[in-house]
Amino acid sequence: MNIEYMLKYLPLYEKAAVLTVTIGAEGILIAAAVGLLCAVVQYNRVPVLRQIAAVYIELSRNTPLLIQLFFIYYGLPKIGISTNPSVCGAVGLGFLGGSYMAEAIRSGLESIEPIQSESALSLGLKPYQVMRYIILPQAVSISMPAFMANIIFLLKETSVFSAISLMDLMFTAKDLIGLYYKTTESLFLLVIFYLIILLPVSLLGRLVERRLRYAGFGS
Amino acid sequence: MAEKLLMIEHLNKSYDDLCVIKDMSLTVHKGEVVVVIGPSGCGKSTLLRCINGLEPVQGGRICLSGREIKHGSRDLPMLRQKIGMVFQSYELFPHLSIIDNITLAPLKVQKRKKEEVEEEALSLLDRVGLKDKARQYPRQLSGGQKQRAAIVRALCMHPEVMLFDEVTAALDPEMVREVLDVMLRLAQQGRTMIIVTHEMQFAKAVADRVIFVDNGEIIEEGKPAEFFKAPKTKRAARFLNIFEFSPVKAQN
Repeated sequence: MNIEYMLKYLPLYEKAAVLTVTIGAEGILIAAAVGLLCAVVQYNRVPVLRQIAAVYIELSRNTPLLIQLFFIYYGLPKIGISTNPSVCGAVGLGFLGGSYMAEAIRSGLESIEPIQSESALSLGLKPYQVMRYIILPQAVSISMPAFMANIIFLLKETSVFSAISLMDLMFTAKDLIGLYYKTTESLFLLVIFYLIILLPVSLLGRLVERRLRYAGFGS
Repeated sequence: MAEKLLMIEHLNKSYDDLCVIKDMSLTVHKGEVVVVIGPSGCGKSTLLRCINGLEPVQGGRICLSGREIKHGSRDLPMLRQKIGMVFQSYELFPHLSIIDNITLAPLKVQKRKKEEVEEEALSLLDRVGLKDKARQYPRQLSGGQKQRAAIVRALCMHPEVMLFDEVTAALDPEMVREVLDVMLRLAQQGRTMIIVTHEMQFAKAVADRVIFVDNGEIIEEGKPAEFFKAPKTKRAARFLNIFEFSPVKAQN
């Protein structure tokens, strides 16, 4: 392996890593918001919105991110919405991740016994207060492990961003291979950078999970 | 006679085809302690749930101080503040400390001042012997302690009537006692209470009136002294017999 070559192009990878993390984080935030909304709508059986959420979840989970990105990237300008690749990347990731997050939170919500709601209602809390103070805080901590797994999954999915000309890690590696034929070095750097991004997230996930499982509330 | 606080008129409640409460009428006066007993599945718990508006009913009316309690109605949160409910399974909120469990509704629902509510909560906890548990979480408490905390949580809302749904059924005998003692003291203070229980000795001590329910109907009601000594109906006598044992071995 050519160390000199790797050091020379390290800055390019660093830049790409920042882009991957930035757009990844934006996408994950969108996904979390969309997921929360869908989960609450489904849990409360809100008419109409509930059906919309169900259709969205199936659509989002059962189509590849690449196709979703193409639709957003090439499709939106056709209906007059001009946008740039990084917005497309974040929105695309949010669209895909929203359904996964929704399912994670929904399973958390459904694990809370209905009598917890009744006990809160009997104290005079309004239904939205029951959701806000009693059900959601418990549900979110229960769904944390699934939530963390989704974050890792979504960060890895950013590797298809190169298809809409975003200069993320994958794009940079492919570019360098095309230019200099230094396949081994380029791919080695690629793997290292993904690990630098994902290992801390994974460790954090373990930590959160252990805390929830062995300690729980009140420690 | 004291003023009428809670009036139940011709209540009918069924789940699909299963009729749980049949044309039940009951009036509870201010300061009265009514104990409801009866076999499992007779509709006792459902009655309490209806009084709290947790169940839609198929017929009849339930009124608290003249205002109708109706499942799904807009004033229900307002009316529920006046009805304290304590559940068999405690139903404390596991993610909140004991003090937060108690102060949540007074703060968020009644919009009272934090200092005032916390002070009241601590003094109530002190009275049930739980002051040192205020900052702990429900999972760190024993069953009896949880149930006492749940009673304090209901009390802190200043309810006009309190509903107890088999609150000692999940507890060990020693813990049963500590919870029942708290309820006896509430009765002494003149609180209006409706208590569903299987603790007959306790019922005898606490009740102003005993109601025996079977198959969703009030079979018999009366003063505890009379009811437990000489029930008028055969069904009630048979039920009370369950709690009596005769020696099975010959004694000298």
